Amino acid sequence: MDFDLSEDQRLLKDSVDRLVLDQYQFEQRKKYIREPAGYSAAMWDQITELGLLGLPFEETLGGFGGGAVETAIVMEAFGRGLVLEPFFATVILGGGLLRRAAPASVLGALAPKVAAGKLKLAFAHVERHSRYDLADVSTTAHKDGSGYMLDGAKSVVIHGDTADRVFVTARIAGERRDRNGIGLFLIDPASPGVSRRGYPTQDGQRAAELTLANVRVSAEDLLSDNALPLVEHVIDEAIAALCAEAVGAMQAMQDLTLEYLKTRKQFGRAIGSFQVLQHRSVDMLVAIEQARSMAMFAAVMAAEENPIERRRAICAAKVQIGRSGRHVGQEAIQLHGGIGMTNEYAVGHYFKRVTMIDQLYGDADTHLSYLAELGGLFGKVA
Amino acid sequence: MDLNFTPEEIAFRDEARDFFRTAVPESIRAKVAEGEGLTRDDMINSQRILNARGWATVNWPVEWGGQDWTPIQVYLYQDEMQQANVPAPIAFNVSMVGPVIAQFGSQAIKERFLPATANVDIFWCQGFSEPGSGSDLASLRTKAERAGDKYVINGQKTWTTLAQYADWIFCLCRTDPAAKAQEGISFILVDMKTPGITVRPIVTIDGGREVNEVFFDNVEVPVENLVGQENKGWDYAKFLLGNERTGIARVGASKAKIARIKELAALEFAGDRPLIESPRFREKLAAVEIELKALEMTQLRVVSDERKMAKGRQNPASSILKLKGSVIQQQLTELLMEVVGPYVMPYQRDFDGNNEPVVGPEYATEAGPMYFNYRKVSIYGGSNEIQRNIIAKAILGL
Repeated sequence: MDFDLSEDQRLLKDSVDRLVLDQYQFEQRKKYIREPAGYSAAMWDQITELGLLGLPFEETLGGFGGGAVETAIVMEAFGRGLVLEPFFATVILGGGLLRRAAPASVLGALAPKVAAGKLKLAFAHVERHSRYDLADVSTTAHKDGSGYMLDGAKSVVIHGDTADRVFVTARIAGERRDRNGIGLFLIDPASPGVSRRGYPTQDGQRAAELTLANVRVSAEDLLSDNALPLVEHVIDEAIAALCAEAVGAMQAMQDLTLEYLKTRKQFGRAIGSFQVLQHRSVDMLVAIEQARSMAMFAAVMAAEENPIERRRAICAAKVQIGRSGRHVGQEAIQLHGGIGMTNEYAVGHYFKRVTMIDQLYGDADTHLSYLAELGGLFGKVA
Repeated sequence: MDLNFTPEEIAFRDEARDFFRTAVPESIRAKVAEGEGLTRDDMINSQRILNARGWATVNWPVEWGGQDWTPIQVYLYQDEMQQANVPAPIAFNVSMVGPVIAQFGSQAIKERFLPATANVDIFWCQGFSEPGSGSDLASLRTKAERAGDKYVINGQKTWTTLAQYADWIFCLCRTDPAAKAQEGISFILVDMKTPGITVRPIVTIDGGREVNEVFFDNVEVPVENLVGQENKGWDYAKFLLGNERTGIARVGASKAKIARIKELAALEFAGDRPLIESPRFREKLAAVEIELKALEMTQLRVVSDERKMAKGRQNPASSILKLKGSVIQQQLTELLMEVVGPYVMPYQRDFDGNNEPVVGPEYATEAGPMYFNYRKVSIYGGSNEIQRNIIAKAILGL
């Protein structure tokens, strides 16, 4: 057992941390968010230059063959900076789906483009009533000559408004919540019949509503005709990545809060000298350290091929992150007092991000019920 | 980063698992599993079995019977011991007075006490807290006055766990009343048979007798029973309290409790289904399991860090082990009590002279008392509020 980072991982961490420290101060972020895409084109280039977009791909595809630990390193730093660029949508979701679903020819053609920053991806899966059930797909794919015709509507497609290609799930066979019969397509959002409406999200990122009306796609655009298991695996990896991002955001909130407690004076002394605030700060620390531990657990378990064992770990981590995030976020605002409520100040933006992370891919209560159904984490010892 | 144990670590874990489950009698381990009190003989027998293998005092210097283990080995040893419901070696002997003597005592005092302490030829208790000195321990007033080659001790200690079993007590006494609170305290070893010592039990809310008051009335102690230097006792006490940062989380013990809760919840019915099938119950249990898994990972981070940190320095995460570990232990005793439903009601601890047949299932008898008893774990060893004070200052810089 060993929690140390390898030499390569340390180098990766240093360079990503440096990027965030130099380029992602809160005032800089305010400028990025006002660009037309809702993020900085120049930052996207820098992220590309660092090689981060090739994270999940083999070297032959222009990547560096990183795994969940490398992902966690990047995402934690991005959480600290509240990074806006579509790294998560393109690399974690898009890259994950590409790697697991695409035939070698498609992977070989697209992965180098992703790694070079020339192809942004998104994953359109959520529908109006699907909530957190990954099997709940009503969008249909009907056979149409040699290809398919897609019809339906997808919601809250993260960074769907600027994606160059979009992964879409659509039902080829079966009833609404059947586990079988879900197809995974990779479509060009400029295709006839596709309309998208982009909008900002609560946390300053971007998403889109996607409508598919008689969208004709070719047989080659279908990457998997039974996609649920691979979608579940990619979502588990995505949850592990979000856990790391949330830890970065929580740490930033703790840092800001401690700094404030040490400098803000009332009644003639720093408010951090008051025991009630000290104890609440310690409880924030506990929540963060527990979350950090579970984010590491999730990172390691995200690669687990046994779906039940993987699911247990991911569910547990998501519960911990959701609960810790809510606690740390609410406390960070409260301990700041009025200043924490202002949009000009950073802490509230971290709070909003961790709040959104809780409600992505299943909130704490949802994952708690999944884990309970799976029998919990600890079995009987023989 | 690799969270898998190495083949060597797995071999060690299996060796420990096998040893704890075969060498220590089932009768003792069952008592621990059920939260039933151990007799003095149980504790001594169990520790002697460990000591015969060199596994009672693994944290001591090797020359005094410690093990030259990696932090991961120490972790696995504790985890397997707790999961097997093997009683931990007596903390007063092994985690407290032993390391202090080994670190600060003279050669003579080491030779006199360490082997006997390891083998529980001497059963120790701890004389720290006083009626007026709990969280503010340095305000203690029990005094030891020098008279020739003796100290004369007067005062009162309280919350003295297992004083009724103890052969000796290690005491913090005020030896310099003029000095600053922390600078006039000495660490003195006292034979419990010395005239002038009175032990009076304090019955706790679970009906148990674990803790006592200990009165000192002109108790004469030879000066050679002083450990280290006079008036340096506070430093030794801090050293003592700083030991054992990882075992205190008691992750293995909580794992054993979860296994037991699952086992018993399958035997109890809620409506026409076993309680373990109730989604509400399962979610409550799963919520604690998640906290425990996180704590286990936190502990492993701390353990893994110990290998590279300078001696005496601690990973910030270590400070949360007691805070979180105590609360998890309490939550599990709460769940265990809930499992047995109305059968928590009958009070039937046999040492109160109750030899009637058991009312309800045998496993229910200790569920209530254990829940009541475990409220102590967030109070002893520096209450959780004191822990928060320490963390706020030392880690957060507030």
